[in-house]
Formats: sequence, C-alpha cells, structure tokens
Amino acid sequence: MNEMALWWLLGLVTAATYVWRGIGVAIVARITPSNDFTQWTSCVAYGMLAGLMSRIMVMPVGILAETPLVDRLVALAVGFLVFFAFRRSMLPGMIAAVGIFFTLTTLHAFGIY
Amino acid sequence: MRGVADAFRMPVWVVSASMIGFGSLSQDIGITFGVAVASTATVWGLPGQVAFVELFAVGAPVLAIALASSMANLRFLPMSLSMMPLFRADPGIWRWRYILVAMMSVNTWALTLRRAPELGDHQRGPYYIGLGAVSMAAGVLGTAVGYHLAGTLPFYITVSLIFLNPMYFIFLFSSIRQRNCIMALMIGAVLGPLFHLLSPDWGLPFVGFIAGTAAFFLDKKMGTGHE
Repeated sequence: MNEMALWWLLGLVTAATYVWRGIGVAIVARITPSNDFTQWTSCVAYGMLAGLMSRIMVMPVGILAETPLVDRLVALAVGFLVFFAFRRSMLPGMIAAVGIFFTLTTLHAFGIY
Repeated sequence: MRGVADAFRMPVWVVSASMIGFGSLSQDIGITFGVAVASTATVWGLPGQVAFVELFAVGAPVLAIALASSMANLRFLPMSLSMMPLFRADPGIWRWRYILVAMMSVNTWALTLRRAPELGDHQRGPYYIGLGAVSMAAGVLGTAVGYHLAGTLPFYITVSLIFLNPMYFIFLFSSIRQRNCIMALMIGAVLGPLFHLLSPDWGLPFVGFIAGTAAFFLDKKMGTGHE
C-alpha cells in the first residue's frame, strides 16, 4: 500500500472512531439528559473499561502476551495490596504494580528467575 | 489552569509512555512516521489505533480495518453521553461540542467527571480543554519519540511501558468512590475475559451494557448511602 492510500485509510479509521463520539454529542444535544441517564451511561462506560482492562491482564495481545500470566497477576495483586494499605490511593498502587512487573521481567531477561 | 496542572500530575507521563509503545509498534510494522503521529491526534484512542496498525500489517481489507478499529473504540459512545452534559450550561463552550468531543480520551473523561462537581459550570470547559490539549500534545510527542526509539529499547523496558497503561487505569478507576461505578467495574472485570472468548469484536459492548445496567439498578435497589 502506498503512502497516499495509507493516509486515506487513516482518514477512514478516524471517521469510524469519531462516529461514536459524534453520536453521543448528537443524542445529548437533542434530549435533556436526566441525572439517572447520565449515571447509567457512565456505569456502562466503566463496565466496558473494566472489561477491557481485565481482558488485557488475562489475555493480552501484542508484546504483553510474551510475558507470563503469573507475572502480570502477581504485579496486580501486590499493587492492590499497596493500594488498600494506602487507603485506596492510586499512585502507590500503580507504582508498586509497575515496579514488581518491571523487576520480574528484568529478572527473566537476565535469566535469573 | 487546573486542567493543565492536573495533566502534568499524572496523565502526561502515562499517555507519553503508552504512545512510545504505539510509536515503536508502528515503526516495526512499517507505518510511515506521519501517519503514525497523525493517528494519535485524529483517532486519539489507543485500542483502535493498535487495531488499525496491526490489521494493516497482516494486509486485512480496508473495510475490515475500519470496522475493527471503530469497534475497539466503541467506549467513546457511553463516555460522550455521560460527559458532554457537563458542558451544556456554558453556551460559549457548548457551541464547540463537536470539536471538544474529539479531545476526549479515557483519561480526560475520567478526570473531568471526577472534578466536575467541584468545578463551576464555567470552569469545566477550560479545565477539560487544558487537560485535553496537554494530554494530546504528550501523546503526539510520545508517538514520535517511540517511532524513533523502536528497536533500541530492551524488551523489559518496552513491555513495562506498555504495562503502565492498564495499571494506571485500573488504579485510577479503583479509587472511585461512587457505589454504582464500583459495582460496574467489578462486574465488568469478571465478564470481560469471558465475553472476549465468546466474541472478540462484540464481547466488550455487551460487557459494558450488562455490567453498567446491572450495577445501575442494583445501586438503585440498595437505596441511599452512596457517595
């Protein structure tokens, strides 16, 4: 595929993604959304995002799939322990999880673990 | 501006790191530099961008690429429905609604929803624009850097950069205090992998609909006491 065709493809992908954003705006511009409606849509969005994140953890695609499942789950579990130990504060949890994951993959890379 | 300040607190670093991963993936696959960088600004949704470049790599038909990347970014519909009403009270912001929605990412959405109650009607727009502009700039920069770094970083660094993105979102969402959202997150997390096995393309929208609707009504039934 030549460069020009690739740009057209990007335009198509951009439009195909924007459709969802645009439909959302068009709907809320036409109705007066109640508080319940807004609450429900954010629940749906959170449900989708949680489904996506847990799928990425358990069945990732791309280079994450080259890491052992147990590494990802151990990192996540430690992250949650730290998260709750710090009274549900996101930064310590995230740093712990990424730190553990980085340590484990580095150890693998050097053949230590 | 508080949006800009919030952006520099966390999102900027996470967005750049993830887009470094995407940039380097695009380089490996053979997407041109301009298209890779532009896609971050125009598509502005990582799962869709990844679907785009990965399907391009295997030579999928044009329509299949467009459909798959669109489905991968379907979350933008419920996100836009829940966030855009926040801007209705400010006519100066509302008239730009179709442009503003293009700046929405999971990051800018989650932070704007969280901050909205404490911001006045006329502070939400500027907050969101500041946050969105800085995040997008960081994303574009990250893509460009990642494109040039491709192949030079060792595996354990690249993969940790990629891992940072889901960890950031998992802990950002977990720190939410609203009961109905927490229930939606828990149900969604359980259903996500199961429905992915049933249908990789259609599973996720169903997970969102089922988890979100169940959580919403369960919360109503449980009555007062939330927040």
